[in-house]
Amino acid sequence: MTTLEQTTQALKAKFGDAIEAIETFRGETTVVVTADKVVEVLKHLRETPALNFRWLADVTAYDDYPEEPRFKVCYQIRNLMEPLNLRVKAAVGGETPTLASCTSVYPAAGWQERELFDMFGITFTGHPDLRRILMPSDWEGHPLRKDYPLGYEEVQFTFNYDAIDKKKPYAKE
Amino acid sequence: MGLEQKLGNMGVVTMTLEQAVNWGRTGSMWPMLFGLACCAIEMIGAISAPQNDMSRFGMELMRASPRQSDLMIVAGRVTRKMAPVVRRLYDQMPEPKWVIAMGDCASCGGIFNNYAIVQGVDEIVPVDVYVAGCPPRPEALINGVLTLHEKVKKEKLSTWA
Repeated sequence: MTTLEQTTQALKAKFGDAIEAIETFRGETTVVVTADKVVEVLKHLRETPALNFRWLADVTAYDDYPEEPRFKVCYQIRNLMEPLNLRVKAAVGGETPTLASCTSVYPAAGWQERELFDMFGITFTGHPDLRRILMPSDWEGHPLRKDYPLGYEEVQFTFNYDAIDKKKPYAKE
Repeated sequence: MGLEQKLGNMGVVTMTLEQAVNWGRTGSMWPMLFGLACCAIEMIGAISAPQNDMSRFGMELMRASPRQSDLMIVAGRVTRKMAPVVRRLYDQMPEPKWVIAMGDCASCGGIFNNYAIVQGVDEIVPVDVYVAGCPPRPEALINGVLTLHEKVKKEKLSTWA
């Protein structure tokens, strides 16, 4: 039997300073890891029989703009035997954030990391096929970044109907 | 067909070629079989549900191929990624062809005023009739189709011949 407490203690003992924080909020435990050690930590969690976190449920991210480093990448992993839930979180920053791909540990991360690349512009080094997955391949920018313009067209009302109508690109035959 | 007996002694019916062709076009307008979002459910209800039954207007047949269809019902929101596909389908339809923008999203973007959705399908294809509603009821779509029929009946020979 393993508990989340034992898991986090084992990680702390093995990786030391690479574990930046261990947070518990409403029964969910998050392990904050330095960006360069993420793959090692995940590999340890997956391959060690006593820990046995063999299922990667999700890889996602959020943008803390204008904080720096602004992007937080979250790996949601699960031990199906106990069962246990653990979140591994790493922060990356800069205009072209880079993180090592964990596809060598969890092959299922492939499409999830492509989505993060598409939506946040996070480059995963070592990913076998890193290209856009949701937006068209010639899209410019990364829509889920906080500094990405959200709206596309001003709403037409009676007072500005003609002004917007003039700008609207109508289809030719 | 029994038409001869019913006509009695009338003999010959005369009308202009324009009227005859336009009448024929309205009576066998085949929509293309595709739907993009939730409006497509209402479109299916309008076309094939027995209580609405579009075959009353010669439209029971949805064609899966753009080569065989006259009418494109854009049912639902068009994403920027889908836009080139819709335009290609429109280009593959033979003349004469018409477009109905069904619902608020296809007409003007609806509630999705953002980067991912085309703000009105009239940006990529020329639209004949806009049907308002989110989604429009089948009756509204049928009304839109009949409005289009009225428009087609007014088409001039000089514009297409």
